[in-house]
Amino acid sequence: MRDVAIIGVGCTTFGEKWGSSFQDLFVEAGALALEDAQLSGEKIDAMYVGNMSAGRFIEQEHIGALIADYAGLATRHIPSTRVEAACASGGLAFRQAIIAVASGMEDIVVAAGVEKMTDVEPGASTDTLTGAADREWEGFMGATFPGLYAMIATDYMHRYPLTREQLALVAVKNHYNGARNPIAQFQQEITVDTVLKSTMVAEPLRLFDCSPITDGAAAVIVAPLERAREFTDTPIKVLASAQASDTITLHDRRDISTLDATIAARERAFKIARVTHKDIDLVEVHDCFTIAEICAIEDLGFCKKGGAGKFTADGETALGGKIPVNTSGGLKACGHPVGATGIKQVFEVVQQLRGEAGKRQIDGATIGMTHNVGGTGGTVAVHIMGVL
Amino acid sequence: MSVARFWRKIPQRYNLLGTRCETCGKHFFPPRSFCPECRRTGRIVDYKFKGTGTIVTYTVIHAASEQFEHLTPYVLAIVQLDEGPRMTAQIVSKADEIKIGMRVKRAFRRIAADGESGVIHYGTKFIPLE
Repeated sequence: MRDVAIIGVGCTTFGEKWGSSFQDLFVEAGALALEDAQLSGEKIDAMYVGNMSAGRFIEQEHIGALIADYAGLATRHIPSTRVEAACASGGLAFRQAIIAVASGMEDIVVAAGVEKMTDVEPGASTDTLTGAADREWEGFMGATFPGLYAMIATDYMHRYPLTREQLALVAVKNHYNGARNPIAQFQQEITVDTVLKSTMVAEPLRLFDCSPITDGAAAVIVAPLERAREFTDTPIKVLASAQASDTITLHDRRDISTLDATIAARERAFKIARVTHKDIDLVEVHDCFTIAEICAIEDLGFCKKGGAGKFTADGETALGGKIPVNTSGGLKACGHPVGATGIKQVFEVVQQLRGEAGKRQIDGATIGMTHNVGGTGGTVAVHIMGVL
Repeated sequence: MSVARFWRKIPQRYNLLGTRCETCGKHFFPPRSFCPECRRTGRIVDYKFKGTGTIVTYTVIHAASEQFEHLTPYVLAIVQLDEGPRMTAQIVSKADEIKIGMRVKRAFRRIAADGESGVIHYGTKFIPLE
């Protein structure tokens, strides 16, 4: 297998983008990535697009062809493939692009993610997102996505020392980082009080424990490592790509508060990259809810099970901490256009590794990691990237 | 949910009809026609669950999707049936009375409806045993 490098990245701003269509978002992110790689469109050999539910959000399927067409590549007839794994669609699209290049099948491949969520009413988007869980045996019974993660939180807080304030500190930290990220949906700092006084969504989770509804797109371009210098002076090497699955229902998991798919993907990724958690300088984790970040930093091996509340309260996951988590602001503050999130995580890590992250820059970062979850843990993608 | 999609699961939704592997004794809900443990040596038979169980974890939902909005706040839980399998279901109880480890039994209840003139979906909720 060939080594793979990232040669360009691009991302739209995230938010409620009433003026932008699905196509507008994708084209903007793709153009930014091409410009970053100093590449013209005709060099692209293939595209993979992460998208959860254009069918429900904008009543549009056949996303692969749509995107190739609007990117101006219809007459070149390149293969263009949609990848779907709920909120992990972006992470899986990135992995498919890596596999295509590593295998030798393609050279220059775009991995993108896009979601246009605000063209439907909030009730409809809640219902669409419920499709990431088991419709027959979770959704039908009255489960919502925040409700499922709330049941993780109830179980976790029953078994481990995690206070309501510590949980809120996850959101406070992510908003602090988001306030330093020009693409973030929320660029305001908040306090513990903001979280604790926000509307109850599913006990114990309140509105500020939840990631928002977001429009956005992101794109990265990968190429064989040996060709990377043709396009950029700062290629980022893909050190590992790993993916794992688990039961789609939360209730069938071995342990409610542990994402076994995260553990499996992390173990595979560390083995492939020949690194341990101590080598990682920063990580973008899937904080769709504050409790998800607590579980993620444990299941990725950055602290022991049950210790993430204190670890967070001690500032170890903040910008200057032992392992900065979600420097982009995470899903909570940067926003969560579901299909785009996994690619945006890579975008953030690449910016950090190139030293281009501005006010949220981690000095001397050389190895970064992303962790993208589908549903409540039925799919997990973990990627590790490093400077050359 | 379409009429056919709801109708075909009525035995499971109304009566907790699952399956059991006679080779290893493991119970399945929703039913499986293939035992992942015993593979080819498994012998699957129908099994009606007793309907008693224990609350593993729970939440109180305040923001629901449209179909369930009129019920808010309502209690949603993961219940471990006494035979082993777990399921997600609503608990008919006051929110402040729920706790982990609480014993519950099944109850036949209205779950949701397809609009004002559509099919009414019945199914299983749980009520406290104590």
